[in-house]
Amino acid sequence: MLKPAAIIGQVILYVAFAAFIGYFATSPKYRQIPDDVSLIKLSISHLGDRECRKRTPEELQKLPPNMRAPMDCPRERSDINLEVDIDGQPAFRTVMHPTGLYKDGVSTVYKRFELKAGSHQVVVRMNDNLVKPGFNFVKEEQVTLKPAQVMVIDFNPDKGGLFFR
Amino acid sequence: MSFHGFARSNTQVLFQRIEEAFDVPFGGANNPLRHLGAMGLYLLWIVVGTGLYLYTVLDISITGVYDSIGYQSLELWYFGGIMRSLHRYASDAFVLVMVLHLIREWAYGRYFGFRFYSWITGVPLIWLVYASGIGGYWIVWDQVAQFSATATTELLDWLPIFSEPAARNFLAPDSINDRFFTMLVFIHIGIPLLLILGLWAHVHRISMVDYLPSRQSMLGTASVLVLLALVKPALSAPPANLALAPAELRLDWFILFIHPLTDISSPAIVWTLLFAVTVLLTILPFLPHAKAEPVALVDVAYCSGCSRCHLDCPYAAITMGPHPIRSGFKVAVVDPDLCASCGICAGSCPSSTPFRRQEQLLTGIDMPQQTVNGLRQHLEDALAKLEGRSRIVIFSCDRGADAGALAAPDTAVMSLMCTGILPPSFVEYALRGGADGVMLTGCRSGGCDFRFGDRWTAERIAGQREPRLRSKVPLARLQLVSASSNDGKVLAKALQEFRTRIETQSVSDAPLPPYFRRTSHHA
Repeated sequence: MLKPAAIIGQVILYVAFAAFIGYFATSPKYRQIPDDVSLIKLSISHLGDRECRKRTPEELQKLPPNMRAPMDCPRERSDINLEVDIDGQPAFRTVMHPTGLYKDGVSTVYKRFELKAGSHQVVVRMNDNLVKPGFNFVKEEQVTLKPAQVMVIDFNPDKGGLFFR
Repeated sequence: MSFHGFARSNTQVLFQRIEEAFDVPFGGANNPLRHLGAMGLYLLWIVVGTGLYLYTVLDISITGVYDSIGYQSLELWYFGGIMRSLHRYASDAFVLVMVLHLIREWAYGRYFGFRFYSWITGVPLIWLVYASGIGGYWIVWDQVAQFSATATTELLDWLPIFSEPAARNFLAPDSINDRFFTMLVFIHIGIPLLLILGLWAHVHRISMVDYLPSRQSMLGTASVLVLLALVKPALSAPPANLALAPAELRLDWFILFIHPLTDISSPAIVWTLLFAVTVLLTILPFLPHAKAEPVALVDVAYCSGCSRCHLDCPYAAITMGPHPIRSGFKVAVVDPDLCASCGICAGSCPSSTPFRRQEQLLTGIDMPQQTVNGLRQHLEDALAKLEGRSRIVIFSCDRGADAGALAAPDTAVMSLMCTGILPPSFVEYALRGGADGVMLTGCRSGGCDFRFGDRWTAERIAGQREPRLRSKVPLARLQLVSASSNDGKVLAKALQEFRTRIETQSVSDAPLPPYFRRTSHHA
């Protein structure tokens, strides 16, 4: 038979255990970002371009009939050059490399920027074929971000290239 | 002493002190700190049971998961809400118990030698627990889920395992669909199943596993968790919206602590830390340790195949195999990799009785470092030297309170590897050899280093387990004392009281007839 003191001791320890579990199950609060901050997520997954060459009729003639593709394209994809400027200041510069053992996979980037909510000038420049100079995709826009808003910078060739959402 | 040894011994002292403080209100059998493994399994069954209920009421769609679980918490708070809260709080308690179990086993040095397998199989379980716990938080698809999903995938993306960033799956509200939750539920059921399979492997080399703690512990734990569920029910945060980043969150720090840790450091640091801890835990058993004690040896000529050692071995190190000579008979076979060198098997062997008249007492199973013959010889020598009004023999466990200081002309101290090595017939042998009383000291209840040494001894003395102490032995002349290494004073006090009892109270039981092995017992 348990003594009253032992019962009280057990109750105290069980309640302390529950209090410990209950407190750390939700507390202390965690602040991921300050109240007046918004996020820009730069996330691009894109196959770099490649330099294709048109085969001459003589070359095609030498190939078996079932392999006479008119274009001769290398397997490897180009690196992709990417620049992001925010409010006229360089925010991010990178060269994305193709994935895969033969460098024939997509090039990807994922980057998160925290910035004060409000109006910002965002410029994104991308070149997916480094054989050619300059940038073949440019997106420039004045965006207004609310606190805690997440804006995504993405790329989709079917949607005209770079876009914000 | 190395830093590791220093840290371990100090942690052990701390743990032992806290455990012994918990013994005061709980007692050994109900002390949760002494049964952390069983407590963990019990909490896991609560998680599994409540999880099955939540699965049946979960509507697997983007808005459905949030609404269906929210309905349980808000509308069916008296049942569904409690089930949900129990699911969460039992998970948190499981994590807490798991961490304590890990630290305790390390502190007590229970991770190398014959315990190597249990330790190594426990390491991957930690990963499974966290994978399961983190995934579980995603299912509700509230702001905490959104934060955890994004943070986890960003952390995973640091590893070169995905061709595309996994975090792209949580970029915008239209990035996910209903099928995501189907997959999530599938994973959240699959990983715990793997966990249960892993737990089976974890305890595979232990016999008579405590799958559940005592009834009182279960009742107390369940009651307090239900109380917590009523006082502070588990609720969802506002629904997830990938177009917004929640600024302030109420995180479950037991399971989701890794996300803030990543935020204040970096994915590289967190992965380095995680892999470093995993590697450290894995290589820990391979670090230099004290040389293993010799294992139990079977003497086929004296093994009757009775299976008592097989039944009593706490680590399933003994199996019964065919006798090499006598067909149809069995003989004990010791697996050296599993043997803990505790000697409990020698104490269980019916051939270990000291009353046998052979000069060289050979028994069926014996410990080379403390043979039954050596024990008898030591006892006979000690009995011959005893003098005084009340001559007491103390059989003391090396792992419990140090009885050496109590040795005196009227008190002989016999040191044992574990109390369980002592066949009960030694008690009678000591009393019939001239002792007025016998004191048996072992670890505190639930604190035996070899799991069952104290329990088997108590049951053998009480006549509840073979080999039994003969009923004609007067129990008034026998004293069992549970005393840990910190209980030296308790032991001294118990001896004093025992001596006083023998000297002042006339022990009514008729004294046992003397027995001297070397003289004819018919004389």
